[in-house]
Amino acid sequence: MEYIIIIISAIFVNNIVLMKFLGICPFIGVSNKVETAIGMSGAVMFVMVLATLVTYLIQTFVLEPLGITFMQTIIFILVIASLVQMVEIVLKKISPALFQALGIFLPLITTNCAVLGVAILSIQNDYNLIEGVVFAAASALGFGLALLLFSSIREQLDLAEIPEAMKGVPIAFIVAGLLAMAFMGFTGIV
Amino acid sequence: MSQLKNFTKGFVQENPVFVLFLGLCPVLGTTTSAINGMGMGLATTFVLTMSNVIVSLIKNFIPDKVRIPSFIVIIASFVTIVELTMQAFTPVLFDALGLFIPLIVVNCIVLGRAEAFASKNTFLTSVIDGFGMGLGFTLALVMLGGVREILGSGSLFGIKFIQGDGMILFVLAPGAFIVLGYLIMLMQKLKSKSA
Repeated sequence: MEYIIIIISAIFVNNIVLMKFLGICPFIGVSNKVETAIGMSGAVMFVMVLATLVTYLIQTFVLEPLGITFMQTIIFILVIASLVQMVEIVLKKISPALFQALGIFLPLITTNCAVLGVAILSIQNDYNLIEGVVFAAASALGFGLALLLFSSIREQLDLAEIPEAMKGVPIAFIVAGLLAMAFMGFTGIV
Repeated sequence: MSQLKNFTKGFVQENPVFVLFLGLCPVLGTTTSAINGMGMGLATTFVLTMSNVIVSLIKNFIPDKVRIPSFIVIIASFVTIVELTMQAFTPVLFDALGLFIPLIVVNCIVLGRAEAFASKNTFLTSVIDGFGMGLGFTLALVMLGGVREILGSGSLFGIKFIQGDGMILFVLAPGAFIVLGYLIMLMQKLKSKSA
């Protein structure tokens, strides 16, 4: 039951993009096409779950016993950056097809604040290891859902007639605002 | 003259938020009021200026291959300094900004300026660039926070001048997206007119 609440809350009620404002850069940047949106979501999911797993272990077995939790920010970002590099190298070797699909998105993920944000959040929320991983996977799904919805709308927007000054990013933000308003409808279901 | 231009380019022409669209997460997440926006902006300005200083000073000693990781460590150190200082001296602001303080590390502007500017320029120009860009970022945050505060709670910098509750939507998440969308539109309109 606990897990179901975490999943629904992370995907709908506290959607990381539309409610918590994490990962806005890729949300605006790579959401022009549905295809790239799916690729990006896959890569984020992969890295986010791995990063949360690893940072949780580091937090409980290294930072806390040594009493250096104030080093959290520095350690976590280094771990995530090296993790991304490692995933890139391993994927290239093991599954070239998957690497082809996710490849170009991987370097971008280091500066995706959603990954670091979710890792820190799962520690702030006092989740245990399994809850943390479930939370990370669900957050990534929420990211994917928002990105997919948004990119589908943007593909339509290309064909719509929009005032000159509104074209491109401004209209994207207004659409995102309306999408966020729709997601507010989920408030209070868990 | 060129230094002055270097300083002011971040305000309008190359404004990180309105023109370059960099570092948008804290822009949306922390601007529920003008004060919060200003706090976030100044914290980022500090990190941006200091990391530009260090990067420009040691750029010749860093091997090219480990450039980015070294920049990240430098930036993360200054973020930790800001984090601990704010926790000690401005606990209210620290709570209001929450998660977004450690997230300054992954703010694309900071790494972007270190990589694109400070690693190629001298100490003085880098400091001016970092400070100017930071102020431009702060300006954008205060504008967005101000509009949201006026519409959402009828006050500015905490001074209430409209009775009643205001349109709460603008303090919540959708308002952030919509107000930023309109501000960018206004910016593009002004730009196309002057050009």
